[in-house]
Amino acid sequence: MSKTLFDKIWDAHVVQSVPEGPDQLYIDRLYCHEVTSPQAFEGLRARGLQVFRPANVVCMPDHNIPTLHQECPIQDPVARTQVETLAANVKEFGLKHFGVMDERSGIIHVVGPERGLTLPGATVVCGDSHTSTHGAMGCVAFGIGTSEVEMVLASGCILQTKPKTMRITVEGELGKGVTAKDVALFLMMKLGTAGATGHFVEYAGSAIRSLTMEGRLTLCNLSIEMGARGGMIAPDQTTFDYLRQCPEAPKGEAWEKALAKWKTLASDPDAHFHREVTFNAAEIPPMVTYGTNPGMGMAVDGHIPQNAPSRPLEYMGFQPGEALLGKPVDYVFVGACTNGRAEDFRAFASLVKGHRKAEGVTVWLVPGSWAVLRQLQQEGVDAILAEAGFALRQPGCSACLAMNEDRVPAGKLCVSTSNRNFEGRQGPGARTILASPLTAAAAAITGTIADPRTFL
Amino acid sequence: MKQKLEILRSRCVPLPLDNVDTDQIIPARYLKETTREESFFGKHLFQDWRYRPDGTPNPDFVLNNPRYSGEILLAGRNFGSGSSREHAAWAVAGYGFRAVVASSFADIHKQNELNNFVLPVTVPQDFLDKLVALVQEHPETQVEIHLPHQTISVLHVPELQEHFEINAYKKHCFLHGLDDIDYLLTCKNLVEQWEAARG
Repeated sequence: MSKTLFDKIWDAHVVQSVPEGPDQLYIDRLYCHEVTSPQAFEGLRARGLQVFRPANVVCMPDHNIPTLHQECPIQDPVARTQVETLAANVKEFGLKHFGVMDERSGIIHVVGPERGLTLPGATVVCGDSHTSTHGAMGCVAFGIGTSEVEMVLASGCILQTKPKTMRITVEGELGKGVTAKDVALFLMMKLGTAGATGHFVEYAGSAIRSLTMEGRLTLCNLSIEMGARGGMIAPDQTTFDYLRQCPEAPKGEAWEKALAKWKTLASDPDAHFHREVTFNAAEIPPMVTYGTNPGMGMAVDGHIPQNAPSRPLEYMGFQPGEALLGKPVDYVFVGACTNGRAEDFRAFASLVKGHRKAEGVTVWLVPGSWAVLRQLQQEGVDAILAEAGFALRQPGCSACLAMNEDRVPAGKLCVSTSNRNFEGRQGPGARTILASPLTAAAAAITGTIADPRTFL
Repeated sequence: MKQKLEILRSRCVPLPLDNVDTDQIIPARYLKETTREESFFGKHLFQDWRYRPDGTPNPDFVLNNPRYSGEILLAGRNFGSGSSREHAAWAVAGYGFRAVVASSFADIHKQNELNNFVLPVTVPQDFLDKLVALVQEHPETQVEIHLPHQTISVLHVPELQEHFEINAYKKHCFLHGLDDIDYLLTCKNLVEQWEAARG
């Protein structure tokens, strides 16, 4: 019987189907960060349990850590306790840990793929909704709650009802200045933030195939913002070329064996999806959001819909029907598991090269990992940025959710490459406009919402 | 916290907003705790809607409206979207809600509620609209959620009744106060066999 890629991977990991209940799914990789794991480890202790398959677990702090002076103790005592608690838990339970300042560390969803810890065909979970990112490697990856983290730690498995399948096909060529981020914001605008609820998405089509690995990670990252359980892209030569240079991917004979298996990972030609939607890449413009959920998007040179709901506009300080081009911007944030990879900073640098940072705009450039930072330094991207008046900070989740010091003040407007523009997401009262690194760059040099195509 | 639930009769608190994300249910700055103390998270449920920046209660927010109380929260569409933070479910539970009635839920949050013995009850939008209108007019309205029958009904309005879905396994967990880990721990040999077969 024909199967989707999702069905193939899921079915291959079902230990049993609970009668009239969920599937018991075997988990190949559990990632843990400091915010959603302490209560899970506490639960293990309370039940007197060990970690069932420690080799499948990789831990690192990312949400709370400062992006300056990581060499010093964390100032916020509660954040410090949380980071120290993770370090103590990994020691107690014998787990792999990339601590603060470890050259292997960074944001989990950047580090996992770049180190080859996330592999095609695997099942991957983490107590973090943006675990959907990893699906770009051709695996089944989804975010879970802390009780479920405890479940996986305790049993190596999770109880989960199998989601339905949905295929989103984007055909054609992306226009000038249009990135994977714009594709995702466009899809969210079309489908809404609950448009894929209950479904696992496979992205397909020529526009998706032509995305780089980084672009695919950005797209899959935002699957959750459409309500999807996860998003994935069948592995191909782009995936294999990327994985080949990852330090923890299989090597030698193991690589050849794995590669042969990965090459079989695709949906059958006549596989049935519960839902199918198709879009034309040429219709996708550079996008920005105007409201307080990621589905409230528009073309950067467009107008806020006349019928936009009033509550989000009131929060943002915008009017129905108005254009956003030319609006003054207070902050620009480039980073997060959405757009914190080397390609994102190269794109930003390519646009700001030969210009200067606009007066009065605070710009935070936060690489997603130490490896990303080192890569940028090696390529001289940091020098291009410095010449234009910008500096790279140290890696972490940073202003995406403002759990560290990188907080946008109330009422200030921030163009952000992160994933959520919810009320208060970047700090109480902060106003967030989601955009690509190119659009963020245009804002950083003009001090306003600007169309990146003008500078390309 | 493990807690049995069979029949819940209570007044309701109406919050008929769509796309209530978990950042609103509990803002990120309250996620730094390392304990699962539900009362802590309950105190901060809907913090930035419930309190003004100066810390005083916002009288316009429903949780501060003395007309409403009860163990049932009436929400809108796509309740609990966004972040997977289970702290949101702890906050809902910690405040004292034992069921959330919505026309749809975000997947992860729904699972988090189930894993914390807060019952997510999905009902058609028109039923929810009627229920919200009734409660807003008559806050004393008593609603019954009957898990064995999988029904939600208004006690003095017999025609206002709906069936809701829950899988038999989770229903069993709620009726007996059992969680998934209790179950999975009984299945370890199955996992070992599965691993051996996979090679």
